[in-house]
Amino acid sequence: MEWLDSFWSTYSTFVLATGTNVLLALSIYVTLACGLLSVANAGFMAIGAYSAVLLTLRTGTPLPIALIVGAIAAAMVALLIGVPTLRLSGVYLAMATLAFGEVVRILILNAENVTGGALGLNGIPQLVGLFDVVFSVTVALYVFLRLAQSRVGRTITAISQDEIATELMGLNVRAYKLVCFVVGAALAGLAGALNAHFTFFISPNEYGFERAVEILAMGVIGGVSSPWGAVLGGSLITALPELLRGMGRYRPLINGGILIIIILYSPKGLWDGLQTVLRRPRR
Amino acid sequence: MLRLSSLSKDFGGLRVLDNFDLTIPSRGIFGLIGPNGAGKTTVFNLITGLLPPSSGSIEFAGERLNGLPPFMITRRGIARTFQNIRLFKEMTAEENVLVAMGDPQCGMLKALLPGAYKRVEDSERKSAGELLSRVRLSTKAHQRAGVLSYGEQRRLELARALATRPKLLLLDEPAAGMNAAEKQELMEEIEKLEATGLSILLIEHDMRFVMGICAEIAVLNFGRWIAQGSPVEIRAHPKVIEAYLGNNLREDS
Repeated sequence: MEWLDSFWSTYSTFVLATGTNVLLALSIYVTLACGLLSVANAGFMAIGAYSAVLLTLRTGTPLPIALIVGAIAAAMVALLIGVPTLRLSGVYLAMATLAFGEVVRILILNAENVTGGALGLNGIPQLVGLFDVVFSVTVALYVFLRLAQSRVGRTITAISQDEIATELMGLNVRAYKLVCFVVGAALAGLAGALNAHFTFFISPNEYGFERAVEILAMGVIGGVSSPWGAVLGGSLITALPELLRGMGRYRPLINGGILIIIILYSPKGLWDGLQTVLRRPRR
Repeated sequence: MLRLSSLSKDFGGLRVLDNFDLTIPSRGIFGLIGPNGAGKTTVFNLITGLLPPSSGSIEFAGERLNGLPPFMITRRGIARTFQNIRLFKEMTAEENVLVAMGDPQCGMLKALLPGAYKRVEDSERKSAGELLSRVRLSTKAHQRAGVLSYGEQRRLELARALATRPKLLLLDEPAAGMNAAEKQELMEEIEKLEATGLSILLIEHDMRFVMGICAEIAVLNFGRWIAQGSPVEIRAHPKVIEAYLGNNLREDS
């Protein structure tokens, strides 16, 4: 038990961050699975984080309510921007959502009275524990695994392969895409709200372009053929820099190198790659 | 059952369909023919809502379809296959059919409860199996659609269209790329479908196929209606012969 205590005191932030990153990976998984290349999730994460923190910090709202408000705030914004932007596809959608992320960051930067501007918000109560993160990840993962095996999952796969054919099967493709986008935003908002309550401090620069790309990398590295891919991708992207701590200044180089190798040898993501290796008959 | 009235479609300055009228009864096999580029597929795209008409109206079972999104038109009972096969290639044959069977009301909440959902899923798989056996694909149910042979993919597309429970079936060149034996089988299959009370409108270039199966044929040329009638009438129609073979007299003068 002593061992566990010392492990927890050193690595608690790492474990919690892995959990929220898995949530972020799941949030990008939903959109990628139906063929939407959206990089707005860092922006939704910021919306979730700031709205939840403002509640707990300024009004002392209990954590569960703040978390829910964070997720809903992100979902509402997604609904608003989703209707016009989801008419776009491919890189055009990526550009539009990238711009959205920047708009969110700049708005937070300039609303100094509320958000503290570039200095961010300090002294956030550390309300999130292991239970909150594990509970959120478990519920999200259960829902996604169930849906992936249902007609909802089948429809989403069909949309990613041929939107027009799916539409002509009598399925409302636009509605499905919008729901995926909004659910992804809600998850990213929840992840942001959770994350903010164990890091003491948030600032707009945490939710910029780099974060958007990092989230996308989690989804792509893990793969979109199953929600388990997001679990793998989120965990790996969090763990890799930790595991490479001994590499000193070469760390980012090796970190990037490993990710490139994964994509080269398993372009459909780690989960698909693992499946192929495991299914290969042994000689 | 389906009525197109003075339907037109412009792409910029190009009029690809010009005041087209067509009425299709609620049963029977109807053919739409014409040389390449006559606007046949455009007619299908207008009926299914993939393209908005520039003018004119589309009525189905007494209801105006103009402006409805494609998925609503499918739910009203119009299904189609594509000239260039558009299956979900990475999914199995069975999954392709299952996607199309969707009871849209069967929502997400039910899927979260393993027990309740299993019953829905089981009954859907059963009807998907029946459809697959109807197009002789039972043994291929769990193969990826992309690895099926060309003829099998065409039949799977047919099964998938039927899974939406249509009243009117639009077939875009169903016999393209098939050999004589396969065409014969396909003709029998289409006749069987018609016997179940379906109305079928098909585009086809193979004249023997069209003449052999259709009760009535409409002919398009350069986006204009030029003739309509029974196979015998169409075969002898001077304008149709001119459209396909050119005009001898003009050449002489």
